[in-house]
Amino acid sequence: MSTISREEVAHLARLARLEVTDEELDAFAGQLDAVLESMKALGEVDTEGVQPSSHAVPLVNVFREDRPQPSLPREAVLDGGPDTAEGRFRVPRILDEEV
Amino acid sequence: MSDRIIDKAAAELAADIREGRLTSVEVTTAFLDRIDAVDGTVGAFLHVDREGALAAAREADAAVAAGESVSPLAGVPIAVKDVVVTKGLPTTAASKILEGWIPPYDATIVERVKAARMPILGKTNLDEFAMGSSTEFSAYGRTANPWDTGRIPGGSGGGSAAAVAAKMAPLAIGTDTGGSIRQPSAVTGTFGAKPTYGSNSRYGVIAFSSSLDTPGPVSRNALDAALLHEVISGHDPRDSTAVDAPVPPVAEAARLGATGDLSGVTLGVVTELTAGSDAAEPGVVEAYRAGIDQLVKLGAQIREVSCPSFVHALAAYYLIAPAEASSNLARYDGVRYGLRAGDDGERGLEEVMSLTREVGFGPEVKRRILLGTYALSAGYIDRFYGQAQKVRTLVKRDFEAAFEQVDALVSPTTPFTAFKFGEHSEDLYRMYLADLYTVPANLYGGPGVSVPVGLAEGLPVGFQVMGPVMGDDIAYRVAAALESTQEPLLADTAPEIEGK
Repeated sequence: MSTISREEVAHLARLARLEVTDEELDAFAGQLDAVLESMKALGEVDTEGVQPSSHAVPLVNVFREDRPQPSLPREAVLDGGPDTAEGRFRVPRILDEEV
Repeated sequence: MSDRIIDKAAAELAADIREGRLTSVEVTTAFLDRIDAVDGTVGAFLHVDREGALAAAREADAAVAAGESVSPLAGVPIAVKDVVVTKGLPTTAASKILEGWIPPYDATIVERVKAARMPILGKTNLDEFAMGSSTEFSAYGRTANPWDTGRIPGGSGGGSAAAVAAKMAPLAIGTDTGGSIRQPSAVTGTFGAKPTYGSNSRYGVIAFSSSLDTPGPVSRNALDAALLHEVISGHDPRDSTAVDAPVPPVAEAARLGATGDLSGVTLGVVTELTAGSDAAEPGVVEAYRAGIDQLVKLGAQIREVSCPSFVHALAAYYLIAPAEASSNLARYDGVRYGLRAGDDGERGLEEVMSLTREVGFGPEVKRRILLGTYALSAGYIDRFYGQAQKVRTLVKRDFEAAFEQVDALVSPTTPFTAFKFGEHSEDLYRMYLADLYTVPANLYGGPGVSVPVGLAEGLPVGFQVMGPVMGDDIAYRVAAALESTQEPLLADTAPEIEGK
């Protein structure tokens, strides 16, 4: 039995905003299944009472002084975008006009 | 000794420049000419900046001539992995999604390289967003291993390693999330170091897996890497995960190691990274064991230590890294940088975003985003991501317990020498196994270096030394000691790639 189905991969692709093709879905489902299969032993490790580590080096409450710093020039930042107008990034419509 | 500039190590070139025997312009020109001659065959560079490099070289020469106090690497040119942002120079992360993007700022480590008056030769190829072990996942073509152009140069930093191995650069910057500096160094016969996590700023290093990403040096030998390590390391207030502690004295440690005396040093052989490891090729095991014998001759004590969690480190890594990547790569939305696809005036934002990501990302990046999304999704997060994070704690505990008994841990760097193009493309897990020995240090956060330890069937083998957190110096010392027992691979039996 497979760990992950083609339908699940399609759902993940929607969550991750990837417009995958049917061929990709077929390929990815098989490949991800094989990778997850090879990781099965991880689930059998006894981690009862073990705290998770989200980071390599434990650092807490890293503060810096709250002083204004010069930021990048607006033009320099906008130059990297695919579409800009009036000093802003221009985006496709966000709201569905039919609603 | 050869008189060719490109045959010299970085420390030697720096001394020649400081003492007036060579100029930075001469040195930089020699490497740029070498790139022109051989990079058509190797394909290490995505972008070469002849003009910018020569301008920086002229400034370095002027500083030396003016008697300014200059850094130990002033005037020595360097290549930078294309996942590190460089102001005014294209930075793609080897992805179509960033094609044409020109960063408006420099990474902190690039600022430091420039402040040290090191000319930047160009940007090197990698697996897209540093995800891979062969550089075959670059969106901009393959990089060949200078030792055999039918083989991979390792990954993800195959371009940086190949550039140093083919003598197109005396030094390079890489990034190591699960082995992306060390494994390419191992398979190209170069020296590579993953410093302690947080000791090198990630500001301006395009994020793959933020709790693991660590920039570091690639070089021809331990001392050169250590000198570059000291140039780029140190606290950075712009990276909240940067460790505010003194940089370990790695150059001093490399010089000490080169004297070949390891008396009083205890090294741990990790049972789980060697015994019964059918993943490792016989030639790799043989070269590694010969390395151990050399270290014993230099006075090191060897002790076997057990780190049971290391067996599960690879699986934990391949859940944690994709999980963080799926979050980090959400920023490529077709709005703020690079590519936008399918914006026909009719489609809405989400559709354009999905089409942009579909066109912009390559297959391995998509797989990892999907895997990471899976590991983080409702119903699976505890079973996968949570469990992986707990195993990460066990890995850290095993390292900490080991370092109560020994000064450093040793292992092969990677289970196999450079494989042929396409050999593992169909079997992803086999490809992921390339990181088997390198991921534990990333999960733990401590330093790991890879030093050449001879050849197996004509291909370089790497020997890994891992130290405790902020104990980079002991890793350099041991690696430099081993290096002192080896024939320099790139000096005498260097691969002679010649231009077409």
